[in-house]
Order: sequence, then C-alpha cells, then structure tokens
Amino acid sequence: MRDQVHPEFLWRNPDPRPSYDVIIVGGGGHGLATAYYLAKNHGITDVAVVEKGWLAGGNMARNTTIIRSNYLWDESAAIYEHSLKLWEGLSEELDYDLMFSQRGVLNLAHTLADVREGVRRVNANRLNGVDAEWLEPDEVKKFCPIVNVSPDVRYPVLGATLQRRGGIAKHDHVAWAYARKADEMGVDLIQGCEVTGFDISGGRVRGVQTAKGRIGARRAVALAAAGHTSVLAAKAGVRLPLQSHPLQALVSELLEPVLDCVVMSNAVHVYVSQAHKGELVMGAGIDAYNSYGQRGSFHVIEQQMSAALELFPVFERVRVLRTWAGIVDVSPDASPIIGHTPVENLYINAGWGTGGFKATPGSGWVYADTIANGRPHPLAEPFALERFTTGALIDEHGAAAVAH
Amino acid sequence: MLLIDCPWCGPRDEIEFRYGGQAGVAYPEDPADTTDEEWAQYVFMRDNPKGWFHERWFHAAGCRTWFTVRRHTVTHEITAPEGRGRDAAGGA
Repeated sequence: MRDQVHPEFLWRNPDPRPSYDVIIVGGGGHGLATAYYLAKNHGITDVAVVEKGWLAGGNMARNTTIIRSNYLWDESAAIYEHSLKLWEGLSEELDYDLMFSQRGVLNLAHTLADVREGVRRVNANRLNGVDAEWLEPDEVKKFCPIVNVSPDVRYPVLGATLQRRGGIAKHDHVAWAYARKADEMGVDLIQGCEVTGFDISGGRVRGVQTAKGRIGARRAVALAAAGHTSVLAAKAGVRLPLQSHPLQALVSELLEPVLDCVVMSNAVHVYVSQAHKGELVMGAGIDAYNSYGQRGSFHVIEQQMSAALELFPVFERVRVLRTWAGIVDVSPDASPIIGHTPVENLYINAGWGTGGFKATPGSGWVYADTIANGRPHPLAEPFALERFTTGALIDEHGAAAVAH
Repeated sequence: MLLIDCPWCGPRDEIEFRYGGQAGVAYPEDPADTTDEEWAQYVFMRDNPKGWFHERWFHAAGCRTWFTVRRHTVTHEITAPEGRGRDAAGGA
C-alpha cells in the first residue's frame, strides 16, 4: 500500500444530466458501492448517485465500523461472508488504505440463554464455512485481558463467541475509495440533490424529481437511503415493514493502545473497539421510539456507559468526547430487504438496521447484480420484500448483537 | 429524554414508559377470511412518517395504562392526539 496523500478532490462534482440508465438514491456506503460494482462488474457506467446532503454524511459517518459475518442462518451467513471476503481484498482493489484490521470480534454471553445461543451460532457458522470459536471465560480473559470476567458482577461473562477474521475499518476511507473509483469509471456523484418524488406511469418508474430538477431513469431507480427509505418509498406509493430509530454511539478522548479487539455484548447493550487514532468507539442499543431526529435520549447513553464500565473497569476515568445518533431502518426480522418493489424498475436495498456498515461491499455487489440483470442475485433472493407475506423470515435478532 | 404526558399520572420521564409503535392498527375483522397480503399488512407493515405520528405508549413503571400521543418524529415534540381518544384500545 502506498502512502496516502490526500488530493484535494477525489471525484468530480457534476450537474445532473437529463437522464441516466440507473439512478441510485443515496450517496452513503451502500449507494457508492452499488455504483462501483454496476460499473466494474456489469459495465453500466451511465449511472448517477443522487445524495440530499454530502457523500457518506449519514450513517456512513455515524456507525461504529464493526465488520464480521457470524450470523446464524444460512442466508445471512452467505451474504455477510461474501461481504467479509470482499473486505479482505478491498484495500488493494480500490487502491486505498481502508485501515481494515482483522483484530477479532468477541460477542459476550452473560446468561445461560446467551451461552446456548452463542454455542449454537458457533456451530452454525462452522457448518457454513464461517470462522467461529467458543471461548470460556478464562479464554476470554486471555484474548482480551481488560475484560472483567469476575463472577461477582450483575451480568458475569459466561463465555463468548470469537470471529478472528472480524474487525474494523476506517469508514470515511471506504466511502471515499468507492466514490473515487466509481467517478473514474464515469458515474456522476451528485450531492445536495434531494429526491422529492418519482415519475411513475404504467406501474413503472421513469425518473425522479429532485432539488436540481427532473432526472430520467431508463433502466432503474435504486433506493439506498437507509433510515429514510420509508419516506422515499411512500412517495412511490410503497409501504414497507421498516421503522426508523435513533442508534447512538460515542467516542472517548484519545488514549494509548489499550484494546486490540472488538468486544460486543447484546445483553448489556454495548460494543466497544479502539480506533486507530486512539479513541474508544462505543455503540448502544437503539432508542425505542421512531425518529428521524439524529439524536437519542440520554438514558440510553447512561445505560451504555454503565455496561461498558462493568465490562471494563479500567475505563472508569475515561472522558467522553462526543455522542451522536444515526437513523437506522429496522426490519421485523433484523435482516435487510433487497430486490424488487411493487413498482417496476424501482429497487430497494434497506432494512440493514444496526449492522449495515459490515455489509457495504457485499450489499453493493448483490444489489448491482440485481439491478443489472433485473432479477435478484442468488444471495439477495431470500431477502425479498415478499418474505413478509410468505412468512419466510430470516430472524437474526440474536446475531444482530444490538438490542432492538 | 422525552417527557411524556401520561393521561393518569401526568408528565413523567421516558424511562418509566415502554413504546408501542403506531396507534390505530386494528386486528383483522374476519381473521378466517384474511389473505396473506392482509396479514402481512397487519403484522409487519407500519407507517414510518417523518413528521407527526400517532403512537402508543405504556406507563410500565407507573399506572400501567396504554395510551396514545401525537409526537413529531424530528423535533420529538409531544401533543395530545388529534380527534381520537387517548385510551381507546388501538388508538381508534
């Protein structure tokens, strides 16, 4: 990897043309990855990514950057593992240091039910070719010495799952790398361009109304708008099983290296890693109520801190630098929705909820393939909107590792 | 933190409550005659507006009343619900 010298501009800033083959709504990680794979894998370069704010300024700038693929069900393991494999070669492919660090992800178990669920998930992962180990408390202590495994706490650590190939990456670099490559291949990245409506006739979407005028779409309009998907879909007359919630996170002041893995706990609602720069990055559970306000309630932060302190007494005097929230689109089964909508040529990629960052490459890959071929990619097929009618849900509340 | 106006106890902190989601989601009138599409609408599909929203809250750590409020999903401002009873089951 060559040294990273930041050029002033990584992409053009064009005005929209009158029409494109494909319009992607949302310039976050998933939208940018979709544009990149449309161009690279399918030769479709007449593509616009329209973004109401600036590129990667929504959840891409607000997540806790954890990457893993240790999901329970076959369908989820397949798509998240596809994503993890792409991560493993992504810095080279995009010629950009994504600071992808496979430092291992621990998912702690605090109750007998947690232990059973964790062991079951380790076995399921192995059967699906996903690396997974079960650690007893003393092994947890060995892997991550600053975790408190004392039995004398309210929620003692009874064990943990470990995915050694899991880790973190630098979120901004991921977005910038995809944006730069997509731009180089001819994709127009159009910022400050909110979509206000859809042109639909004969049951088919033919373009979008935006803050910068109408833009025609010859082949497809593809939503990649995370927490705002319901609002957009409603403009196209589509009702979705999504609810938008705040998901809060915080960072500490910069510290010397103290934590060299990712530690997650579903039961006590906290997940922690230490970024390369030195700050501790901690995420919470979602706020219970629906919101688009990009902020949450303070008691959620308070509970998250108390959980973190019980797990890591060594953090007692660490100061919080700032807290924030992103708006996550939560689906009933904690799994994404990818594929067709009732409107012809209007595609959806949403419902990643609290865990979309890790899926960025895999999601973009299968979504681009779905759009290019007008049929769901095999890995996306189980995640169709129709599953809420057929009942073929993919319940990943256990593996989601964030309380919903 | 939200300050939620319980119809019985008055304004209380959010931590005393549990969230119930969209108000006015009625159980199908004739379950035996309800199609899979209609079941999907009832069980899974929900409004998710950016703006005013009628929603259910449960005063779990207080009087244990279920009631409806009107809340703005961007400003989080809470008012009494419009044209409907606060305690009607399902929010009417």
